[in-house]
Amino acid sequence: MAEELKLFRTWSSPFALRVVHALKIKGLEYETIFEDLSSKSASLLQYNPVNKKVPVLVHNGKAICESLVILEYIDETWKQCPLLPRDPYEKAKARFWAKFGDEKLFSSIGNVLISQGKEQEEAIAAAVQNLKLIEEQLQEKKFFGGETIGYLDIAFGWTANLISILEEIMDLKLVDEEKFPVLSAWMHNFSDDPVIKQCWPPRDKLVVKFQAMRESHLKTVLSQ
Amino acid sequence: MAPEKELVKLIGFWASPFVLSVRWALKLKGIEYEYQEENLLKKSPLLLQYNPVYKKVPVLLHNGKPLLESLFIIEYIDETWKHNPLLPQDPFERAKSRFWAKFAHEKCIGPMIKAFFKIGEEQEKCVKEACEHLKILESGLEEGKRFFGGETIGFVDIAVAWMGCWARIVEEVLNVKLIDEEKMPRLIAWFKNVVEVPMLKECMPPTQKLLEHNIRFRKLLVAAAERHQSSPLTGP
Repeated sequence: MAEELKLFRTWSSPFALRVVHALKIKGLEYETIFEDLSSKSASLLQYNPVNKKVPVLVHNGKAICESLVILEYIDETWKQCPLLPRDPYEKAKARFWAKFGDEKLFSSIGNVLISQGKEQEEAIAAAVQNLKLIEEQLQEKKFFGGETIGYLDIAFGWTANLISILEEIMDLKLVDEEKFPVLSAWMHNFSDDPVIKQCWPPRDKLVVKFQAMRESHLKTVLSQ
Repeated sequence: MAPEKELVKLIGFWASPFVLSVRWALKLKGIEYEYQEENLLKKSPLLLQYNPVYKKVPVLLHNGKPLLESLFIIEYIDETWKHNPLLPQDPFERAKSRFWAKFAHEKCIGPMIKAFFKIGEEQEKCVKEACEHLKILESGLEEGKRFFGGETIGFVDIAVAWMGCWARIVEEVLNVKLIDEEKMPRLIAWFKNVVEVPMLKECMPPTQKLLEHNIRFRKLLVAAAERHQSSPLTGP
């Protein structure tokens, strides 16, 4: 029976990109539906009535939501190129750090984008602290998953893509090669991987998007 | 072949529902463990060593290896001790379980806890958010099922269903309404089904003690807010 695999995403969502990475690594064929979040399709609302967000993976009519949940689903359904570690302890550690990335790291990087002056300095300090914790998890490995890209690499993938964009917009350095030798190396290795490379959203479009986001936030703060 | 002596230790706090859910998992699997009670106002070196990032309970130590975050601890228990499975076998059903446990934690329990740290309009916002999400959580429960997955207790039940009891405590301490008997009958029935299971019921901390503890805790938060300009209670 032919597998029906559909991914609802936006062009820029880093969470949806995780699913793209996973599907590509597993060598899976799928249909992409690009959503405009200001005008959500009836299908998206049908498949994700709870959060009404992307990504949603639809497999033979069944919808799976939440990018990290989708990653585990993909890994359990298609056994080639395993993404999660096999050992339960290593798996638990990977889940912990992925959650940390989404809860603490993501917002701390976001705070740098939407602040300036003293507030931004504090935001940078917090972000750097979180990045240090992530770097410690790499130790001497090429990827978080070891020799090959795995779940945690995919979960942190947005840092390899977005941090340099934010650095460009704000003309500052968050992940300095000297201060973060291991993390910098990982970002290069991850970004240069042929499977990952072909999936990045257009950089110039991302620069425009985040520049606009920063300006809009700063304007809001000024007017308060 | 007799299994090697497993060293399982749970670092917890008697009033923490997250610790309770891990105790439930250990109980359902029949795992023997040592329990260390934490004084959260004076955290032990052990806790700070094993959870330096969040400094929170529960922490499960298995043969010296620390497991953190209640949902991940429960999955770890399920993957390590394979009898009496807590998660379903089918990947789609597993995804559904993970989704709803995550939703309950982030969107229902999260705002409930936040409400505890807030006053006035900010608190009202959190309460409203929690109520809306509780209604959505109910929509994830299938009609006619005693527990989330069917007739057997599982992952979502132990990860989430303690919420009924804690919501009542938040309601009483803050004088707010979270659970509407008329609008959420299926949710209430599900909470009851889970906590009435004898094996789980006997682990529950006494309601009165829990209530008194949370009243004291709330008083501390309010007093701290009155002493300081900025605090979680008055900030955004």
